[in-house]
Amino acid sequence: MTALQSNQRADFATISQWIKPGAKVLDLGCGDGALLKYLKTTRNIRGYGVEIEDANILASVKNGVNVIQMDLEAGLSGFESHSFDYVILSQTLQAIEHTERIVREMLRVGKEGIVTFPNFGYWHHRLQVIQGRMPVSENLPYQWFDTPNIHLCTLKDFESFCHEHGVHILERTVMHEGKTINFLPNLFGNLAVYRFEQQS
Amino acid sequence: MQDSSSIGIVTPQVAHFSTPLKLKSGAVIESYDLVYETYGTLNADKSNAILICHALSGNHHVAGYYTEHDKAPGWWDNMIGPGKPIDTDQFFVIGVNNLGGCHGSTGPASINPKTGKPFGASFPVVTVEDWVNSHALLADQLGIFQFAAVVGGSLGGMQALQWTLAFPDRVSNALVIAAAPNLTAQNIAFNDVARQAILTDPDFHGGDFYAHDVKPKRGLRLARMLGHITYLSGDVMGTKFGRLLRSGIFNYGFDVEFEIESYLRYQGDKFAGTFDANTYLLMTKALDYFDPTHHHQNGSLSDALKPATANFLVVSFTTDWRFAPERSREIVQALLDNERNVSYAEITSSHGHDAFLIVDPYYHDLVHAYMNNISLGAAK
Repeated sequence: MTALQSNQRADFATISQWIKPGAKVLDLGCGDGALLKYLKTTRNIRGYGVEIEDANILASVKNGVNVIQMDLEAGLSGFESHSFDYVILSQTLQAIEHTERIVREMLRVGKEGIVTFPNFGYWHHRLQVIQGRMPVSENLPYQWFDTPNIHLCTLKDFESFCHEHGVHILERTVMHEGKTINFLPNLFGNLAVYRFEQQS
Repeated sequence: MQDSSSIGIVTPQVAHFSTPLKLKSGAVIESYDLVYETYGTLNADKSNAILICHALSGNHHVAGYYTEHDKAPGWWDNMIGPGKPIDTDQFFVIGVNNLGGCHGSTGPASINPKTGKPFGASFPVVTVEDWVNSHALLADQLGIFQFAAVVGGSLGGMQALQWTLAFPDRVSNALVIAAAPNLTAQNIAFNDVARQAILTDPDFHGGDFYAHDVKPKRGLRLARMLGHITYLSGDVMGTKFGRLLRSGIFNYGFDVEFEIESYLRYQGDKFAGTFDANTYLLMTKALDYFDPTHHHQNGSLSDALKPATANFLVVSFTTDWRFAPERSREIVQALLDNERNVSYAEITSSHGHDAFLIVDPYYHDLVHAYMNNISLGAAK
């Protein structure tokens, strides 16, 4: 499920800063469980990962984190409403088939949602499209024909999606190579990190 | 011939208990034996003990060989041994035979000291709870207060779950494999057909067949044949046997024609020759009765599992239709509701319920990884 391995840790510190110590966290598409392990160390969280790939389940167990093998495309029916402080979707949103449903489920199960995704609006990606090619880059490393990424978006796209779906954005950090980008982030940032809640 | 990674030659031991054990049914067993085997070395602070709970027809012989000429090792030898997922270089592993069993622990075929005759039909009904209570007494005798892990598949998984409810302080980790929180009506139905096959065998004599020097082999054979069908998947039966005929042609009779008939009859005969009919009745009844939600008014599994504080690894197999993955997910959900540490793996396998006994790299790697992360010597 994790569509992107490279540059993954860049968003860990940002996510960690947003999370209250001792919080209860659900990490969707948790991959090898590295984020949960990191948050256990930095924020003393209690958490579970959700994964579908056997190899990632094994890696998560090796990392000593709780992991539940299930297909999150089928929804999060095993999880009670409002049972987590944060539901995280780290670099997985773009590989999800039912985007609206997963965001809705994140905000049903968690008080807040956190997503990170590669910014399709990053200048290097735009340049490649202008040159007539689908972008291939460090954080979009796949060729068009073998990519797990089916719903790529830009910062603007995601923010208008949130606006239309009653999702209130609480915080945003846009990054490039681990550094925060404040100037024209939709052009110069290649990784977006958002924290949001249900609009009241 | 022995495989080099096996624990090697092992010897069963007998623990005797002279303090009466009150059973869940209200009956009392005055004194009893439990047969068990141990592998590996108990460490100084006795924190590396693993208890292996057996399934319906299992016993204490979980790994290793009794003699150099044994054709087959203990029933979970592929899981337990030096360097194996449950590593006997690291852990002190105990396999125990349940009360009511027919492999040395006190059971229906044992002599009742009061009468000098086999217990037979008078042997009381035993439950999963009774087994766990008796195993806790065995642990006391071995000086083990807390198990690093209690591990079991199928009915053994139910025992592992019960351990976490009855003795939460005494279990650090529970591995609940191919199990369910309770049986479905369909499962109870299969069990009753198996029991009826035994109970209606003319050689059963109301359970006191020992006195008649006979065994209700026909009933036991049918019970095992039925059980065997339910432990396999349709796919694996199709792949292994399909519609293969022994002689290549239809004989238009009722003798063995299809290979699957031959296989089931062979398995049934083998089992009927060695297993005790009363034990089969008791074990299937224990399965039927187990239900942690039974005493909870709203039947909530989340409420029922509240006492469990162990860390859990729950494992199911995709083609297991007798203890289907959905049933394991119920356990997982109840543990999540209680915010317990739990990991859940759904193993893709074609082998049905029996998959938990079969080598599968992902399954074995997973158990190995989980066991490797168990910290010994530290309080939970």
